[in-house]
Amino acid sequence: MSQAHLADRPEQAPGARDIVALSAVSKIYANGTLALKGFSLAVERGAFLSLLGPSGCGKSTALRLIAGLIAPSAGHIAWPSSSIARRGLPAGEIGFVFQEPTLMPWRSVAGNVALPLMLKGVPEAEAEARVTEILGAVGLADFAEAYPRELSGGMKMRVSIARALVTRPSLLLMDEPFAALDEITRQKLNDDVLALWRQTGVTIIFVTHSVFESAYLSSRIVVMTPRPGRVHAELTLDTSAERNADYRTSEAYRVVTQQVSWALKAAMDSGGAA
Amino acid sequence: MSETNRPPRISTAELVLRVLVPVLVLVLAIVAWHWAVTTYEVPRYIVPGPGEVWATLCTDWPILLPALLVTLRITVSALVLALIGGVLLAIVLVQSKWVELALFPFAVILQVTPIIAIAPLLLIYAPDTPTALLICAFLVAFFPILANMVAGLKSVDHNLIDLFELYGANRLQILLLLKLPAAMPYFMAGLRIGGGLALIAAVVAEFAAGSAGKGSGLAFRLLEAQYRLNMPRLFAALVLLTATGVAIFGLTSFIAWLVLHRWHESAVARER
Repeated sequence: MSQAHLADRPEQAPGARDIVALSAVSKIYANGTLALKGFSLAVERGAFLSLLGPSGCGKSTALRLIAGLIAPSAGHIAWPSSSIARRGLPAGEIGFVFQEPTLMPWRSVAGNVALPLMLKGVPEAEAEARVTEILGAVGLADFAEAYPRELSGGMKMRVSIARALVTRPSLLLMDEPFAALDEITRQKLNDDVLALWRQTGVTIIFVTHSVFESAYLSSRIVVMTPRPGRVHAELTLDTSAERNADYRTSEAYRVVTQQVSWALKAAMDSGGAA
Repeated sequence: MSETNRPPRISTAELVLRVLVPVLVLVLAIVAWHWAVTTYEVPRYIVPGPGEVWATLCTDWPILLPALLVTLRITVSALVLALIGGVLLAIVLVQSKWVELALFPFAVILQVTPIIAIAPLLLIYAPDTPTALLICAFLVAFFPILANMVAGLKSVDHNLIDLFELYGANRLQILLLLKLPAAMPYFMAGLRIGGGLALIAAVVAEFAAGSAGKGSGLAFRLLEAQYRLNMPRLFAALVLLTATGVAIFGLTSFIAWLVLHRWHESAVARER
């Protein structure tokens, strides 16, 4: 691991505290589904923000809107600090981790991780060095030449995370990345993502439907209503306490999970009526 | 996180058995053939024994080899043209659903029409018989390759397309780095089917063409041997065709294995 190198990023301009701000965004899909309605959210730089809500509440839609993969039907997405603010962030400034590992089976682990650099036209030697570095950071240094089918589910997800981080993005979007993993693997990966977040200072928007996961990871939790998704409640968490096995059994964690659970329940009740 | 699912190595003994068993059964069948022919004293003009077929293959080699080369040339050229045409048209088709919709009726009409029924027409229009045979074999091999390739190009994981777009990839990059590799298993399936069909079509079309004399393929030699009741040569020609078919199958399967064995389940031994 080379933490110093990973943390090496330019300071953002003062006054641009938010990396992205959605105001009154709505999204209606072509099939008529209203996924989001009047969704407003400002994400401050360096946050670990969890979007928590029931299945189908538009969490993933919000993430795809931020990534620029789909366009909003109404409302506005602003990028206060971006040099090309109208179009979002430059390519490579956003990393995306899907629910599935979404790897190319015909490419080795290193080949998969190198893809974003290749598409950006990064010289081969530099790309190779960065791939080696990030594979070390996610604990896959020995598996660079392995193929995805030879890896376990957790390892594939690590490759996916490495690929998302290899361009040193300022924003990392994660769409229920660990939902399909077993609890033990998931806890390990939660710790690793937290470590990467602290090292790199990357802003993370993490979509989940797990109260416990969001309470363990986040600096801020946004609870959404059922479809059409709106922000129901927000909780800001104290991140000074070390997040580890002890934290999972601490009183602070219990209180947070209880608050989040209540907020989620209230969101469900309010959404049902809407 | 040290667990991996590397496929277990096949033991040498099993590998030997895997080759030995089918070869042994084949040899046994030939021995049985020989035994039946000699025991029941079947006349050679009804069923020749394997020894006689082999002898004929050797003596008639100067007649059979040129015919084989003609058939082989038609088969291979048809397959190559079908591969190029099938892949290129598939790429065009998946670019836009309107192009696909517009060409769909033609694809269906050509696919459901028995190609051999077009042969008489082709024989009139084509400048010479070999060209007509080539077109026939091409048409037959073309559609499985096209159909497989279209399915393959559409089988790409949508999230991977999103990923490419997230990093600003253009259409050409998505095609070369994502869609074509993803379609490889389908392409290989099309290659294997198309290779076999091209040979069949080359022979059947020659039957329909009724070409004769020098410069004709194995089908002509088959018919000629039939008219003359030259059973040993008929069998020899048949054996040659079968061997060609097996060789094409083996070669295309090997190519598929070569390309896919590192990553695709179809080319990897199941773990037990």
